[in-house]
Amino acid sequence: MPAAKRLKEQLGFSALAVLTCLAIVPVLAIVGMLAWKGWPALTWEFLTQPPRKFLTQGGIFPAIVGTLGLTTGTILIALPLGIGTAIYLVEYAGKNIFTRVIRLAIINLAGVPSVVYGLFGLGLFVLTLKLGRSLAAGALTLGFLTLPIIISTAEEALLAVPDDYRHASLALGATKWQTIRRIVLPAALPSMITGAILGISRAAGETAPIMFTAAAIYIPSLPSSVRDQVMALPYHLYAVATEVPNVPDHMAFGAALVLLAIVSGMNLIAVAIRTRMRLKRMR
Amino acid sequence: MENKMETRKLSVYYKNFQALYSVDLPIQKNAVTALIGPSGCGKSTFLRALNRMNEVIEGTRVEGEVLLDGKNIYDPRVDPVALRKKVGMVFQKPNPFPMSIFDNVAYGPRIHGIKKKTDLEQIVHKSLAAAALWDEVKDRLYKSALGLSGGQQQRLVIARVLAVEPEVILMDEPASALDPISTAKLEDLIHQLKQNYTIVIVTHNMQQAARVSDYTGFFLNGELIEYNTTTAIFTAPREKRTEDYITGRFG
Repeated sequence: MPAAKRLKEQLGFSALAVLTCLAIVPVLAIVGMLAWKGWPALTWEFLTQPPRKFLTQGGIFPAIVGTLGLTTGTILIALPLGIGTAIYLVEYAGKNIFTRVIRLAIINLAGVPSVVYGLFGLGLFVLTLKLGRSLAAGALTLGFLTLPIIISTAEEALLAVPDDYRHASLALGATKWQTIRRIVLPAALPSMITGAILGISRAAGETAPIMFTAAAIYIPSLPSSVRDQVMALPYHLYAVATEVPNVPDHMAFGAALVLLAIVSGMNLIAVAIRTRMRLKRMR
Repeated sequence: MENKMETRKLSVYYKNFQALYSVDLPIQKNAVTALIGPSGCGKSTFLRALNRMNEVIEGTRVEGEVLLDGKNIYDPRVDPVALRKKVGMVFQKPNPFPMSIFDNVAYGPRIHGIKKKTDLEQIVHKSLAAAALWDEVKDRLYKSALGLSGGQQQRLVIARVLAVEPEVILMDEPASALDPISTAKLEDLIHQLKQNYTIVIVTHNMQQAARVSDYTGFFLNGELIEYNTTTAIFTAPREKRTEDYITGRFG
């Protein structure tokens, strides 16, 4: 290779390497700072005790429970609805104006800012359906926020299943539903689950949708039903950062670290599920 | 000889395009019928019309009749799902499911309601043996079917079809993705299978048609140009166009 060409090649690679490093820097900085400042707060008491003295002492247990509760609710609402919609759109619905409008609507929904979902949830679930500010209203709002992502990723996953499989199954005398149930879904499931968990973990960290519909700043007790208001980590962070005076720094960073751990944990689970299911099918 | 199937004035349309023009073709029982012709002549369309797999593609329309044991399979009372159990299909590209060899073969029996493990084991054994694959896979039944070679996969797919005990097997260029040795094995298998099954095979390979089939239909531009015993078609074709195609003058 001529020297000039080699130089260009090296410059190109170096530039790309530098850009990659730059992309990683903010992630490392955030995680590093949270770990550095929040680590001292992570005691057993902090994780398992309710807050005391208006968040300035005690732990964040109710916020952890609230976030996990909201997340579970989101899964229960968004997963069946989203996967069901995707199956209908890909496997059953014809390619006509009606389905194109639905697809367009879903794509647009994915671009709606989360605070709009919050206000929508306030209007529909909290006020009109009289659920009040509650775990149920928050989970519904987060569910709808997540729905477009779940539908799109599930659609992609279904479309990625080769038609060869469908035809083979139909030609063996399987019904359409048997084909979907036994061939298409198992093949699409790993990517579906991955997409769903990534969407839901994003919802778990949202503040705006729950601040009008579910979250409260200070509830030392745990919710006893889905009609109860809950604490939640993202809103708790918002509160300790802007609303509540005299919260020790390490407690705020500790809570942020816990939220980050929950969200990353979910993402790790998504990756693990996908890897496991792939390996299982290839063995 | 007895007709297992028969088409009467069969025309197939894809939206506004007519792919088949009024085809009358008998399919003899326990024999191999080969369909030959250049690409796009309608032979695959014809094959798919025999178990209503055409309907899987949106915008397909069929006119005329296809008789199976004297009954029209396009009668509104006929359930395509039940029909496809009787008229199985092997595709051009081997398409085993991404599951174990056992589960591939057991798939058909399972969807048709067989649950007992011992019954399934028996069916799987019998089908793999009939597809001349048992000896090669008996030690790896529970391994993924995707680890098999192309030729093995195609025989696995045939075993999967045999497991639902069809009466007719349709094969759409089953050897086109296989190497010569696998192709020879497949042709041997087709020879054996015709004892118990009626076989229709679409092929691009003239020698293959001559080797494996008893009857041959030559298609061109959506029309059946000539149908006769394979010997007659290859030694004394009535139509000039058939002769031209067989001798390689076009197509």
